[in-house]
Amino acid sequence: MGAGIDMAKAQAISEIANIGWEQRKRKFLPYAYLSPTLALLAALTIVPIVTVFLYSLVDNVIINQNPPVFVGLENYEEVLTNRKFRGALSNTLYFAIVSVIVHFIIGLSFALLLNTRLIGNKTKALFRVIYILPWVFTASIIAILWRLLLNPHGVINFVLLELGFVQEKLEWLSDRDLALNAVTFINIWAGYPFYMVSFLAGLQGIPDDLYEAGRVDGGNSWQLFRFITLPQLKPIIVSLALLDFIWTIHQFTLIWMTTGGGPMRSTEVLSTYTYKAAFSSHEYSIASTLAMIILAICTFVGIFYVRNQRMTDE
Amino acid sequence: MKRYLLAVLMILLLVAGGAASAQDVTLEFQQWWEPELPEGAFRAILDDFEAANPGIKVVTISGPYLTTKDQIIASAATGTMADVVGLDGAWVNVLWKQGALASLSAVMMEAGFDDSELAAQIQLAGETYMIPIANFIYPVFVNLDMLAAAGIDPPSTRAEFAAAAAALTDPDNNVSGWAQPLSLEQPNGIQNDTMSWLWASGGSMLDDMGQPNLVGNEALAETMEFIKSLHDAGVVAPGAFSMKENEKVEEFVNERVAMIINTLAHFTLIRERNPDLNFDITALPAAEGYDGPRGLPYASWGIGIGANTEHTAEAWKLIEYLVSVEGNSKLTSIANAFPGNVNATPDFITTDPLFETAFAIFQEGYLANEFTGLPAAEELMRQFDEPFQFYLEGDIDLDEFLEIAQEEWEAIFE
Repeated sequence: MGAGIDMAKAQAISEIANIGWEQRKRKFLPYAYLSPTLALLAALTIVPIVTVFLYSLVDNVIINQNPPVFVGLENYEEVLTNRKFRGALSNTLYFAIVSVIVHFIIGLSFALLLNTRLIGNKTKALFRVIYILPWVFTASIIAILWRLLLNPHGVINFVLLELGFVQEKLEWLSDRDLALNAVTFINIWAGYPFYMVSFLAGLQGIPDDLYEAGRVDGGNSWQLFRFITLPQLKPIIVSLALLDFIWTIHQFTLIWMTTGGGPMRSTEVLSTYTYKAAFSSHEYSIASTLAMIILAICTFVGIFYVRNQRMTDE
Repeated sequence: MKRYLLAVLMILLLVAGGAASAQDVTLEFQQWWEPELPEGAFRAILDDFEAANPGIKVVTISGPYLTTKDQIIASAATGTMADVVGLDGAWVNVLWKQGALASLSAVMMEAGFDDSELAAQIQLAGETYMIPIANFIYPVFVNLDMLAAAGIDPPSTRAEFAAAAAALTDPDNNVSGWAQPLSLEQPNGIQNDTMSWLWASGGSMLDDMGQPNLVGNEALAETMEFIKSLHDAGVVAPGAFSMKENEKVEEFVNERVAMIINTLAHFTLIRERNPDLNFDITALPAAEGYDGPRGLPYASWGIGIGANTEHTAEAWKLIEYLVSVEGNSKLTSIANAFPGNVNATPDFITTDPLFETAFAIFQEGYLANEFTGLPAAEELMRQFDEPFQFYLEGDIDLDEFLEIAQEEWEAIFE
C-alpha cells in the first residue's frame, strides 16, 4: 500500500516536472527563434553604437599609444560650442529641409502627370523611364556628372548665357552664395524619383469611387486633389518625408565629391564635418561624439516615423 | 632493414625541411606602387632582390593609394602592419604616434649602412622613420604655343609670371594664365600650388623648432599677397575654390590654362590626353632678388618598417636594395621618378628631353615639402585653405588670415 502511494507520488511529481518543463520550453521557445536575429542585431547595431558612445567619452582612441582617458561629456561640450559645428548643423538642416520639401513637390507633380488618363500608356512608360533615370545613378556618378555640368566652362553656363539669363559665367560650386543651393539642387535631382514612384503607387491605390463621389458632389479638380488625393496619400507623405529627412542628413558622398564642404565652409554639413574629424584630423573621439549627435537627431525623427507607422497600422 | 632506412630518410627530410623553413623568411610588403607601374615591372625588381638574397621571399600587398592608406592606418591600430610598408610623408606622423613604425636610424646603424647616399630621410624626434625612394617633383608646366603667340618666354620670377599670366589670359576664349586648385576635399593645392611658391624662394612655413610660423613671417606674407594679386587680376582659372588637381591638369591639357604647377608623374598622362600639346617645364619662379637654390615641392614614394615585424634585418635588406644605386635606378626608371639615392641615375633622363630638363631643375634645387612628417598634414592644408579662401575673397585681411591659420595649426601641433 505504502509502495503504491510512493509510486503515485513519484508519478505526480514527474508529471508536474514535465508540465514545468513544457511551460518553460513554451516560454523560452520564442526567444530561441528570435536569438539569431537578436545576435545579429547585437553584433551589427548595439555593439557598434555602444562602442562609438564609449569612444565619445574618452580623450581620443585608435591612434593613442596610451590608454584612453575618461573625459565625461567634455567632447560634447567642445563640439556643441564650436562655431564650425553650428555652421555645419545649420547647413545640414537647410539642405535636408529644402530637399524634402522640393522632393515632395516634384515627386508628387511627376506622379500626377504619370497617373493621368490624358496621356497614352506608351508615352507614360517612356516618361517613367526618363523620370526615374536620376535614381539609377550612384552618388559618385551624379557628383562627377554635375561637376562637369556646373563647371564654369560647362553646359549649364553656356545655355544660360546663350539664353541671356545670366550676364557672366557663374561659379556654381565655387561661389559661397551659390554652392549650398547648387548641392541641394543636385540632391533634389538625385532623390525625387523615389518620391515619384512611391506616390505613383499610392495614387494607383486610391479607389475611383471616391473621385466619382466627389464629382457627383460638384467638386472641381483642385477640390478632388485637396480633399481626396492628399488625405489618401497622407500616410505615404509622412513616412517618405521622415525617411528622406534622415537619409538627407546622412548624405555624404554627393557633397564630399562636389565641394568637399567648401567654399569657405558654405556647404559643410554634419557628415563631411564628422568625416574630416575622423579621417583627416584623426580625432576619433570627436568624430564619435558627432556621430552620437547625428544619431540623436535621427532617433528624434525616427520616433515620429514609428508613431506615424503605428497610427497608420491602427 | 628497409623499414629502418625509410625511417632514417623521413627523419632526414624532416630535419632538412625544418632547417629550410627556419631559414626562409617571407616578408609582406604593402604599397600602392605596383598597380601604378607597368604590369610585372615591380615584381621583376623584387625577383632580382630575392635572387640576390636567398632565403628571403617578398609577398606584395598592393592596392590603390587611398585603400593602402586606410589599410595601413587600420593595421597600425591593430598591430598587424606588414613587415615593409610604402609610406606617404603625410601619414608618417600619425603612424609614429601609434608606435607603428620601427626606427630606421637604429636599423641602419646596426647594419652599418652609410646614409650619406640618401637624398632625404623623414625624421621625427631625431630618428628616421621613412626614406623617400622615388620622388616626383612639381615644376611649372607651360604651354609653349600660347607663350609664343603672346611673344613671351617661360617666366623665372614672380613678376614675370604675373605678367605672363596676364598676357595669356583671354576670357573671351575661356583661357586663363594659371590654375590654382583649392578644393577642400583634396586640399593638396595648398602644398603643391600655394606653399610651393614660398619654398621656391627659400622660405619656410615653420620656425627653427619645426613649429608653425605663419604670423610675422614676411616671406610667407609676401607669397600670399602675390597669389592674391593673381586672383584679383582675374588671371586664375574660374572655379578655383572647388577645383581638384585632376581638373587643373584637364584644363591645361585642353589648353584652357596656359601654366600650371604639376607633378612630373603626369607627363605620360598629358601626352596621351593631348598628343599635340606643345609644352615644356620650368622651375617655379622665385621672388625678385632671390638667387639661392629653389625648393622643389615633391611627392614621394617612401618606405618604412612596421614596428611589429619579426624580421627587421630581412626587412632592412629589402629597403637597402631598393635604395641602392642598382635597385633605385631600376625602380625610378620604370616609375619616371627621381631617385632617392643621390648616385642613382634613372635611364629616362637620357631618352626624353623634357625629363632631362626636369633632372637639371632637380639637381639645381632641393626637395622641399614641409608638410611631410607633420601631424595630420592633410588637415593642416585644409585648415590653411579655409581662411585662405576668405582672404582671397576679401572677407578678411592678410594678418587675420594668417592669425586664424596659425591658431588652427597650433591646435593640431599640440
